[in-house]
Amino acid sequence: MKLTEKELEIVEILEKNARIPLDTLAKMASLSLEETADILKKLEEMKVIVQYAAIVDWRKVDGHEGVTAMIDVKVTPKRGVGFDEVAERIYRFPEVKSVYLMSGAYDLSVIIEGRSMSEVAQFVSEKLSTLDSVISTTTHFILKKYKHDGTVFDQGEQDRRIVVAP
Amino acid sequence: MHGTKTYLSETATRLKPSGIRRFFDLAASMEGVISLGVGEPDFITSWSVREACILSLEQGYTSYTANAGLLELRQEIAAYLSRKFQVQYAPETEIIVTVGASQALDLALRTIVNQGDEVIVVEPSFVSYGPLVELAGGVPVPLETRGADEFKIQPEQIESVITSRTKALMLCSPNNPTGTVLHKEELEAIARIVKKHDLLVISDEIYAELTYDEPYTSFPAIEDMRERTILVSGFSKGFAMTGWRLGFAAAPSTILQVMLKIHQYTMMCAPTMAQYAAIEALKHGEQDVEEMKKSYRRRRNYFVQSLNELGLRCHLPGGAFYAFPSIQSTGLTSEQFAEQLLLEERVAVVPGNVFGASGEGYIRCSYASSLEQLQEAIKRMRRFLSRL
Repeated sequence: MKLTEKELEIVEILEKNARIPLDTLAKMASLSLEETADILKKLEEMKVIVQYAAIVDWRKVDGHEGVTAMIDVKVTPKRGVGFDEVAERIYRFPEVKSVYLMSGAYDLSVIIEGRSMSEVAQFVSEKLSTLDSVISTTTHFILKKYKHDGTVFDQGEQDRRIVVAP
Repeated sequence: MHGTKTYLSETATRLKPSGIRRFFDLAASMEGVISLGVGEPDFITSWSVREACILSLEQGYTSYTANAGLLELRQEIAAYLSRKFQVQYAPETEIIVTVGASQALDLALRTIVNQGDEVIVVEPSFVSYGPLVELAGGVPVPLETRGADEFKIQPEQIESVITSRTKALMLCSPNNPTGTVLHKEELEAIARIVKKHDLLVISDEIYAELTYDEPYTSFPAIEDMRERTILVSGFSKGFAMTGWRLGFAAAPSTILQVMLKIHQYTMMCAPTMAQYAAIEALKHGEQDVEEMKKSYRRRRNYFVQSLNELGLRCHLPGGAFYAFPSIQSTGLTSEQFAEQLLLEERVAVVPGNVFGASGEGYIRCSYASSLEQLQEAIKRMRRFLSRL
């Protein structure tokens, strides 16, 4: 689907900050409120904008730190449906946060979040490895998130400019 | 000091202190100030550029460079000027790398001004132009532009201030503080007068990267103007590299070689590590510049429309990152407005009169601040205006 320049502008602004007030968004794109609301509606209906979500640093929330694992999964693709069917079987589990089809040494990259390592391990051994098409899994636990989806988690770079300058 | 003798030079003593200074001291002493008074990008220099500088230091590139700057950098500058603005300069003889565009301006003026020569300065203007002309022994002649004309020079106006001593015209497009960009046709009209009166133009194009509505026209790209122009630019604004102090000038070699002579005696060369960083900026920085431009344009649209809604009339500035709204509707002078706004609502703006008499009745607001800060500044200004 080809977006107009203004539609693209709206998507780009929202991708960085989805909580921007409608009137501010309209001004930034030099559009009226109505035009902006119409574009938003269209983008949402077309699923160009899929979801508005917050990026949360759960490490800061006591009792909710959790663990994240990236799992390399090798599978046997099925005739007719290729990798899609097995991907679907995997992404339907709610603890699975992402599933990507990859080029290279393995086929699917699966990201799982759980409350503890044993919870993730249990998922891998009981749910994932036991799927018919799955040949092997390699689990990598994430130790620390520095940057996620373009956002730096800890304090970013500060404004060090002097207050008034020519 | 003894008796009445002063050791200070008359020229230096006569220079007016910068009006921005007083404001800076006041704003810097306060807490919780939202500053729209900053004349520099809110972006930090791209990591790839910083990384290139670090690498040059690791490899031990810490000695002087050629006086005119690293040849590789001059070649990149020549390629950049040709690619972006369709102007051709020979890297070996027509380009010099300077310590900021400020030094390039200083060199340009000292190269062309004889004692008493007049240099036309289009106002409102960057605060340094007048003093630099005076330091070079010249006489700055202000040419006032008006808000009603969106601060664009009216060509016939130029002729009204030309005398037998007029040597040059200083242009700045996009302009600091008004953000005004001159279109090709407007530059052509100026060029006709420049030619007719045999003038030279110092074209300060430091904000050339930051234009938002149409392609930029560089003054030396106008027919017959290359031989009459000293093009001054640099990395500070477009590439978010203010602290690196790196600029350049391009001019016909007869002029540039004299600039280089002065540069040899006064500066030797621009900082080496900054020059290596600048090579990286020109080679691979275009994508980052585009992203910054987009961000400025969006903030400009938001901020200028919000100012107009507050009743502070403001034209849509085509470039730089300044809005220059009129505050005449408030009945306050620029200084009163800026001072009261700072003291009562802790928003720092720069009073327009520090950029020349024609800036009276206006304030300069930089929109190179985060959107959240701009939103908060608008909120505070609304509160301030409602009390007047």
